[in-house]
Amino acid sequence: MNSTAPALQSDDTRMGDLLALLAYGPDGWGDELLAGAWLTIRLAVVTLPFGLALGLLIAIMKASGQRYFRAVGNVYTTVFRGLPELLTLFVIYNMIQIGVNRLVNSFFPDSSFEIGGFAAGVIALAVVFGAFSSEVFLGAIKAIPKGQVEAGRSLGLSATQAFRLITLPQLWRLALPGLGNLWLVLIKDTSLVSVIALNDLLRQTQVAVGVTKEPFFFYLIACMIYLAFTLVSSAGLNRLEARANRGFAAR
Amino acid sequence: MSEITASSGATSTSRKPPANRQAMIDRFVVLAIVVALGAWIIPDINWRLVDRYWDRYLEGILVTFQLVFLSVGVGALLSLPVALARLSERRWANLLARGYITFFRGTPLLAQLFLVYYGAGQFNESLQSVGLWWFFREPFYVAILTFTLNTGAYQAEIMRGAIQSLPRGQVEAAEALGMTRWPTFFKVVLPQAYVVALRPLGNELILMIKGSAIASIVTVLDLMGVTSLAYARSFNFQAFFWAALLYLIAVEVVRRLWDRLEIRLTRHLALAR
Repeated sequence: MNSTAPALQSDDTRMGDLLALLAYGPDGWGDELLAGAWLTIRLAVVTLPFGLALGLLIAIMKASGQRYFRAVGNVYTTVFRGLPELLTLFVIYNMIQIGVNRLVNSFFPDSSFEIGGFAAGVIALAVVFGAFSSEVFLGAIKAIPKGQVEAGRSLGLSATQAFRLITLPQLWRLALPGLGNLWLVLIKDTSLVSVIALNDLLRQTQVAVGVTKEPFFFYLIACMIYLAFTLVSSAGLNRLEARANRGFAAR
Repeated sequence: MSEITASSGATSTSRKPPANRQAMIDRFVVLAIVVALGAWIIPDINWRLVDRYWDRYLEGILVTFQLVFLSVGVGALLSLPVALARLSERRWANLLARGYITFFRGTPLLAQLFLVYYGAGQFNESLQSVGLWWFFREPFYVAILTFTLNTGAYQAEIMRGAIQSLPRGQVEAAEALGMTRWPTFFKVVLPQAYVVALRPLGNELILMIKGSAIASIVTVLDLMGVTSLAYARSFNFQAFFWAALLYLIAVEVVRRLWDRLEIRLTRHLALAR
């Protein structure tokens, strides 16, 4: 521990010392934390489109008339909503690395290709996000009155056209509140990849704690950064929702 | 959702309609195919792993359930005053409750756990002098404390929403009957709020079962912790599949029990639906 007991210092110098630890540059941890925060944002933002696409696909399967499509969709949702995110991330992360590397090596035996930690993390997060968002999409699909699609079909649209032209444009507005919640969950779930391999915000904080022995201060800073992400996100989501609902009377 | 409507339609002797059973059979078929595929990809089940670690897995499940039920239970108690403070017009109570809820819902559970566990380690001298060090030294206790604070915040929001959803007339009627504030709250508001909150509370319980796996990162030997241990010793990836199976069973059992509970507690509403 420190030779000078922290309690003996006056509060002002103690606070100043702590803030100096956040300096941007080689002496402080500000730049490391920012780099971690940036990776956290990138993880979440890159995962989002994949997770949404997967969720929409699963939702369409669950809403389809084909029995086995429905069953596959339901099993997927049951499994990945029932497993702890930590376990899913760990299993998928490792499986993907082993699987993809084995696949590539079987075609190109002497390549030294390896899937990066970032890509594996994105896939793992997207699989979980897809399971939850498919439920949101399914709810939204079911919330659109059947008569609309039937009217479209009677006008001669094919099932695919009816979905693309009638259901899909309305999906956004109906699914937005649920998807917004999932986005906040996703931001928080990115912290779990710190356990696996990536130098995200939480991992960088751990490194800083390891050197400085100031866990309370640094984890509090990390929490505040996450909090800033979620607060900014929910403000943005409110505006998006207001925009999506602009044609509808306020409740 | 479907189960509720199905069984509330006919009050006592309802069975699942055939369409539902068909879906169940389909699900089992798909699940069987997935398992068969898995068995084909992973050449053979390592029974030595099962033989060596099954009792540890059972202990792990027990620890997981202790973590979940203790923290969700205490969190439920904690959530009530927080929800009330959040609804109160006293500025400081409101602000405090809002800050607590925002912090614990807006940050990752893992970061919270690190903050409490390693943060407490930094203050071990002062904690020792107050006689609380035995508590903060033990990862299991710290995990319960953190999970309680976390789920307390989520449950407070659930309860706030549920209380707000009740018609004002309920409280006004109680007032007109001469009931004072607390009897009104405990006998009129709370029972109805719990009926509304039952489903989201069930979701929260399931989220905590899954979230509790995070405790393994601070060396608690819950189901996930035992699994990591088994993997670290055997280097056999199958350790995780058994854990996945056990988690799925645990979540499914709790979900079904909660559905039963919900049907039972809302049976007086069954005809109204």
